[in-house]
Amino acid sequence: MTSHSTTVAAQSAATLRSAAAPADRSSSSPAAARAALASIANGVVVQGGVLLAALVVFGVFLWLIAGKNPFAVYADMWKGSYGTRFSQSASLAKAAPLMLTALCTALPARLGMVVIGNEGALLLGGLAGVMAAQAFGAAPAGIAIPAMLLAGGLVGGLWIALAGALRQFRGVNETISTLLLYYVGLALFTFVVEDVLRDPSSLNKPSTVGIGEANMIGAIGGLPAWMPEMHWGLVVGVVFCVATWLLMDHGTFGFAARVVGGNVKAARLQGLPITRLVLLTCLLAGSAAGVAGVIEMAVAEGKANASLNAGLGFAGILVAFVARQNPLAVIPVALLFGGITASGGLVQRRHELPDATVDVFTGILFILVLASEAFAGRLPWRREGAAR
Amino acid sequence: MSPAEASQAAALSPVVAVFFALVGGAISLSTPYLFVSLGECLTERSGRVNLGLEGTMILGAVAAYAAAYQIATTYPGATWVAPWIGVLLAGCVGVVMGGLHAWLCAKERVNHIAVGIALMIFGVGLAIYLGKPYIQPKAPHLQALPLGDWSAHAAIRSALKINGLFLLGLVLAPTLAWGLANTRVGMILRMAGESADAARALGYSVNRVRLLATCAGGFLAGVGGSFLSLYNPGIWAEGLSRGQGLMAVALVIFARWNPLTCLFASLMFGAAEALGPALQAAGFSRGYQLYAAVPAAMTLAIMIATCSTKRTLAGAPAELSVS
Amino acid sequence: MTGLPLTVRMLAASALVVLAVVPAAADTTIGFIYVGPKDDYGYNQAHHEGAEVVKAAGGVKVLEEEKVPETLDVQKTMESMIELDGATVLFPTSFGYFDPHILAMAKKYPEVLFLHCGGMYDAAKHPKNVGSYFGYIDEGQFLNGIAAGYATKTGKLGFVAAKPIPQVLRNVNAFTLGAQLVNPKVTTTVIFTGDWADPVKEAEASKQLIDGGADVLTAHVDSPKVIVQTAQERGVHVCGYHTNQSALAPKAYLTGAEWNWGTVYKAYADKIASGEIAPGKDWGHLVRGGMKDGFVKMSPYGPDVSAEAKSKIEEVKAQMTAGTFAIFKGPLSDNKGKEVIPAGTTLAQTDPVLEQMAYLVAGVVGDTGR
Repeated sequence: MTSHSTTVAAQSAATLRSAAAPADRSSSSPAAARAALASIANGVVVQGGVLLAALVVFGVFLWLIAGKNPFAVYADMWKGSYGTRFSQSASLAKAAPLMLTALCTALPARLGMVVIGNEGALLLGGLAGVMAAQAFGAAPAGIAIPAMLLAGGLVGGLWIALAGALRQFRGVNETISTLLLYYVGLALFTFVVEDVLRDPSSLNKPSTVGIGEANMIGAIGGLPAWMPEMHWGLVVGVVFCVATWLLMDHGTFGFAARVVGGNVKAARLQGLPITRLVLLTCLLAGSAAGVAGVIEMAVAEGKANASLNAGLGFAGILVAFVARQNPLAVIPVALLFGGITASGGLVQRRHELPDATVDVFTGILFILVLASEAFAGRLPWRREGAAR
Repeated sequence: MSPAEASQAAALSPVVAVFFALVGGAISLSTPYLFVSLGECLTERSGRVNLGLEGTMILGAVAAYAAAYQIATTYPGATWVAPWIGVLLAGCVGVVMGGLHAWLCAKERVNHIAVGIALMIFGVGLAIYLGKPYIQPKAPHLQALPLGDWSAHAAIRSALKINGLFLLGLVLAPTLAWGLANTRVGMILRMAGESADAARALGYSVNRVRLLATCAGGFLAGVGGSFLSLYNPGIWAEGLSRGQGLMAVALVIFARWNPLTCLFASLMFGAAEALGPALQAAGFSRGYQLYAAVPAAMTLAIMIATCSTKRTLAGAPAELSVS
Repeated sequence: MTGLPLTVRMLAASALVVLAVVPAAADTTIGFIYVGPKDDYGYNQAHHEGAEVVKAAGGVKVLEEEKVPETLDVQKTMESMIELDGATVLFPTSFGYFDPHILAMAKKYPEVLFLHCGGMYDAAKHPKNVGSYFGYIDEGQFLNGIAAGYATKTGKLGFVAAKPIPQVLRNVNAFTLGAQLVNPKVTTTVIFTGDWADPVKEAEASKQLIDGGADVLTAHVDSPKVIVQTAQERGVHVCGYHTNQSALAPKAYLTGAEWNWGTVYKAYADKIASGEIAPGKDWGHLVRGGMKDGFVKMSPYGPDVSAEAKSKIEEVKAQMTAGTFAIFKGPLSDNKGKEVIPAGTTLAQTDPVLEQMAYLVAGVVGDTGR
């Protein structure tokens, strides 16, 4: 028993050291700067190479199986994603919710948890937003909109925190509990929208009563003409990502979370409040998804209905994993993912390819991205020990 | 017995009707969950999580449907065996997908869960793409044993119509349970899952073991998918992919990685899925949206009741990162 | 990933200049938008087949995009078709596209025509470049019901429905009323799957209905394929919906209620080409039609339809085509005993109150949840 606890203690010390290492390395020495630069260069080269490889593999698929000219399809994929101002607007609109839903998986991942129930938090958050808007009906938008976001964030957060609590107090694995909670949440959402809170005048598209024109989340005004149209939800997404990155990568909270994620026994020995960390992280993660639900609801429909159930939560899971659970990396990955999905429409129309073609490309790209992780540390100029 | 004659027999009371609906659901709706969860059980026992089985399942479904249709139209005499060849092909497709997953995960630093999700998206997308020409044509179905034909009631007859794959699954579950516990192969597989170091020390390549386990898991998942397209609902359509593969992977955790418990979990889940339509058929439509939550809510309730912080990790293969 | 190098940006800009010089199409470009796959053997396929008629007629360029969800996505799709492909006429074919998506885009692009399937155009509220059209396919379901009424031996019919919305309830009721015309004691059990396309739930619902004694089925889901096949396998009868599914059920298929969108779309295309319908003009924004206008049609009869049934169906169909038949007339009670149409009142098919139907008629087993 004594040797066991010594080993654990040694392990915990090692974990603390390695978890603390990044902070140490931020000291401004030329070696550290070079290492950081090498790391970025490595990342860009590898990811660029991956994109190229994916295009090649997809090109072969297009040519051999679909009988289409790959270069024509690539051209339209570019045009349909970021090649024109209108496509850019569509891609940004698709990327915005993904930034938030990805956080719902990325944040608990720091603690070693795998959360896949983002969609449930999104739906219930959106519904809560509608109910808040109805409660604050008379108030001006300046009060109603924050109330909506707060309500959505709270309800979404509690839904995932429920899974966290089940994990801590009943030992229920959070992957399965969040998935099951998604199905339960979806049924609850559908029942409330189509039965309890249904707006009788919403005839063939059962919906709740609207939140009112004033409370909708609108496009960012006053942008120069060359910039694509974007709505405020994009800003919320970026802010959330940056804020949680600061919290997780540069705060004591994030540091403690990483220790728990690295070695639970060590964390316990250090006396870290594991349950509190788990519950708070789940609350934060779920609130991101809940806010995404409010934004998606308020940006076009202005009411809750079946259109909210569009797979944004599940797409966020993939974004989180490709971004390696780093909240800051979520931003570019979401933009990439948004671009790919947005380009699907143009590719469909111009080349008479089915909608599923986009999924094939997404799958190929992300498989190769993940495979490339194996090569990430092996390029010549990558310094030993600079790896995470 | 014609429907007219059947209706002459005394109608079943609503309670009995619902009961037989549940029995029928346990038999017919459970089969995909059964095969996918058994396959995932093997994979996870070897120490790896494969979340991509939804993609494997759907790809298997389309492969089976296409094969059965092509064979039946080219060789009309072989119509009775065509679906079973389809099942076999679906399994082979599953082996390939499983192999792909294992090959990717064998590399260092690759996140298994992410690979699974990527393969899920790829598999479903590819299946829908390749399946476009097979939406209109009709493939022959798998045969079933009409074990309920002694009854005058259509409900009992259809509930007790047991399809071949279900019988296969019924035999497979205890066989796998026994095999894992008592054969050398099973022991090696479990060792790869409990302690990779020990397996390596004994001279076994852990990656090799996991490759074989993931391929076997993929085979079973493909077979599970073939059930969807060749029996119930017995069509090929995009809507066939509804997250059953993902749910089945979750059921493995619920079943504590035990193949026999996977069987019971699948039966229970299948029965729960039949409850909603059964209640509506009996006239209770109010609140029907909530029926969709019954399988998940029931599973969650049982998990909460039976888990405890001390016992949760019992049975989890130590090498799995989901604990 | 975040910022692109200067060279790439310049390349993109020059590419844009080249691509932006889209040859001004002499042909009008028409865009069709579907919410599901266009070969679903059901709702979306019916629209696709209509679009093919327009394509075959020539003189216009036809674009199609499938699986566009009823979210901001469809706004972006419409915008993309207008900006990148030069579409001047759009046919978004799912009900949920109307409010707020079409209305928002219509305001933004007043020179583009937005013709929506299923919506209720209101001149007081909606912009002038929007129109809506729909077909009285409940007439087809009524005729289905007649066939079912003759074919049923158990007196029980089954209806697999997606959601209890007015368009669906109208079909359930028409089907039941048609059957009750020839067999007053007939009942219809309806099961709501909750989803527009979920084959597993539809298969289970069909099975349960047949187990409960129903020997004629019909459906209102995006693709009735599973219901038709299940009926064939279980040896009961089925009436099709959306498109002709008789190939799947050679013995079980009685007849089916089909859309005839080709007629509708061709008429629109002609009127647009001739200038009769244009954004500035005043035209019939709210278009509805049934048998009379060729918006809907019936499938050919299956082998098990008796001569008596055929003659009755043809008789009623002739009256519908002449415009003299009313499906919904008083006295009519719902299945909770409340009177919904008083005696002496006859509702014409064009009556807007029918588009707000929220009840199930007497003889239907089921609950609308209201």
